[in-house]
Amino acid sequence: MSEATSASVGAPADRHEPGSSLTSQRRWALWGSYAALAIFAVMFLTPPFYMVMTSLKTSAEISAERGNPWLAHHPTLQNFSELMANSNFQHFFLNSVIVTLCVVIISMAISIFAAFSLARIGFLGSQILATGVFLTYLVPGSLLFIPLFQIVRALGLINSVWCLVLIYPTLAVPFCTWIMIGYFSSIPQELDEAALIDGASYPQVLFRIFIPVAMPGIIAATIFAFTVSWGQFLYPMAYLYTTDQMVLTVGIITELIRGDVFQWGKIMAGCVLAAAPPVIVYAFLMDYYIAGLTAGATKG
Amino acid sequence: MADDATIAGRVRRTPGVATRGSLRRWFGRKSSVGFLMCLPLIVLIAALVVYPALYAIYLSMLNKKMTQFVGLSNYAFLLKRSTFQLVVFQSCFFAVTAVILKATLGFILAHLLHNISGRNQRIMRGMLLTPWVIPLALSTLGWQWLFDSSYSALNWILTAFGFAAVPWLGERWIARLCVIAVNVWYGTPFFMIMYLAALKSVPEQLYEAASIDGANAMQKLFSVTLPMMRNIISITVLFSLIVTFADFDIVRILTAGGPQDMTHIFATYAFDVGILSGDIPLGASVSLFMLPILSICAYFVLRGVTRRGREIAA
Repeated sequence: MSEATSASVGAPADRHEPGSSLTSQRRWALWGSYAALAIFAVMFLTPPFYMVMTSLKTSAEISAERGNPWLAHHPTLQNFSELMANSNFQHFFLNSVIVTLCVVIISMAISIFAAFSLARIGFLGSQILATGVFLTYLVPGSLLFIPLFQIVRALGLINSVWCLVLIYPTLAVPFCTWIMIGYFSSIPQELDEAALIDGASYPQVLFRIFIPVAMPGIIAATIFAFTVSWGQFLYPMAYLYTTDQMVLTVGIITELIRGDVFQWGKIMAGCVLAAAPPVIVYAFLMDYYIAGLTAGATKG
Repeated sequence: MADDATIAGRVRRTPGVATRGSLRRWFGRKSSVGFLMCLPLIVLIAALVVYPALYAIYLSMLNKKMTQFVGLSNYAFLLKRSTFQLVVFQSCFFAVTAVILKATLGFILAHLLHNISGRNQRIMRGMLLTPWVIPLALSTLGWQWLFDSSYSALNWILTAFGFAAVPWLGERWIARLCVIAVNVWYGTPFFMIMYLAALKSVPEQLYEAASIDGANAMQKLFSVTLPMMRNIISITVLFSLIVTFADFDIVRILTAGGPQDMTHIFATYAFDVGILSGDIPLGASVSLFMLPILSICAYFVLRGVTRRGREIAA
C-alpha cells in the first residue's frame, strides 16, 4: 500500500519527461494504481453486490446452506414483486416520498433566502448568524433527539410522519445555506449593483440573477437535502412506531424482522428498492453531488 | 414555507406601490429586507436547535418521572455505572480508530486516483463513492446479513480457504471491530473525495520545483503535499470525528449495543435509556456527555474553515 502511495506522489511531476526510464517508471506507477484501485473497488462494492444477489434468491435458497452464497443460482424477482404488492411497504415508500419532497422544498426555500441575505444584503449581526449556521451544521442529531422527543410529543406529533417534516430541515438547512452563501458570494458584485441601479428590488435580483446564475449550487444543495431526508434513521426510529406512519429506513426493519425471524431475501429487496432513488440521483448528477460534498469545507 | 411566500410577496411589492407609514418604510430598508429573508432560518434554528439544546440541559437535571429537580445527580449516577464507563471507552475507541483508518485509506485512495487521468478517474471515483451514496441504515442491514451467524457469506469464504468460521457479532472485540469496519467502509469515500479535491488544487509547479531540487517521492509527500493539504486534512478529520462520535445507525442496526452492551456508543445508549426504557432525563444526560468533545472539535473545524476561506479569497 505504502509503495503505491509514494509511487503515485512522484508520478504527476514526471508526466512530461521524455526519458525512457521515467516513462517506464510512470507506467508501473499507473498500473500499480489501477491494480490497487481495483482491489479497493471490489471491497467497496462487495456489500451492495451481496445485497442485490440475496434479493434475487428465494427464502428456500437462502436457508439451504448449500453452494456458493455469493451467487443467486435461480435468480427470481419474487421478493420484489411480493414487496411491491405489500401495502405496508407501499405506505413506507409513499411516506418517504412525501417527507422528502416537503423537506427539500422547505429547506431550499429557507436556505436560498437566508444565503442571499447573508451573502449580499447583510444586517446587524449577519456575520454572527453565518457562523452560527455553520456551527448548527456540526450539531449531530443524536445530541438533540431526546429533548426533541419531548417537544414533538408536546406538539402532538409523536408517531406522525409530519414530525419528520418539522425536524429534518434542521439537518438540511444549515449545510444548504452554507454552501449557497459560497455560491452566491462568488457572483460578481457588479451584476446585482447594475440591476439595483436600474431599479430592481432585492427579491428581483435574487430570482432574476442569483438563482439562475447559482443553479449548480442550488442543484448540489437540493441533492444534499434529498439524501439527508431520504436516509435519516435516528429520528424515525425514535418517534414513529406504527406501520402506517413509518418511512422506508425504519419500515423495512420493523416490517420484515419479526422477533428472531429475518426474511433476508425481502429485507435485501427492500434495501435495494429504498437505496435506488439516491443511487440513481448520484449516477446522473455525480458532478453536482461531489461539488456539494467538497463545498462544505470551504466558503466557495 | 408559508412565511417565505408572504415575506417575498410583501417585499416585492414595496418599491412598486406608493406607500406611506413607518412600517412600510421599515420594509423598504435594506437591512430590514435582509433580516426578513433570514427570519425563517433564525426561527428554525432557535426553535429546533438552540431551544432543544438548552431544554436538554434542563431535562438532564430532573428525576425519572420529571417531577423533581435533582441537580447533577444523573451525571454522577452515570459516571459510577460500569456500563456507562464502557460506553465512554467504546465511543472514544470507535471514533478515534475509525477516523484514523478512514483518513489513512482516504489519503491513499486519493493519491491513487490522482495518479490516473481523465475518464478512467471518473469511472473509478464513481465506483468508489458508492458506499457513501447508499443510505447508511440500509447498507448496514446488508453488512448485518454478511456477518450473519449461521449463513455468513464471509465465513463461507473463510471456510473455503480452510480457516475456522468467525462469530462476527457475537464476540465482543470482534463485534467492536466489525462496527468499526462498517464505519470505515462507509466513510472512506468521503475522505477520498475531499483529499482528491485538495490534491487537484496543489499547483503542479511546486512538484516540478521539488524535482529540480532533487526531491524524491517521500520528500515531495512530506514537504509539498502534506503542508499544502494540512488545513483540509484537519477540517475533514475533525468533522468526521464529530459525525463518527455521534453515530447511531451502524451500532443500532448491527448489534443494538450487544453482546452484553460491549458495542454501545453514546447515541445508541442514550436511545436505549431515554426512548426504549423511557428515562428521558437520564437519556438526555447520556447524550450531553458528548458535548465537551463535540464543542472542542467544532471550534477547531470553524477555525480551519474560516482560515481556508481567507486563503481562497487571498
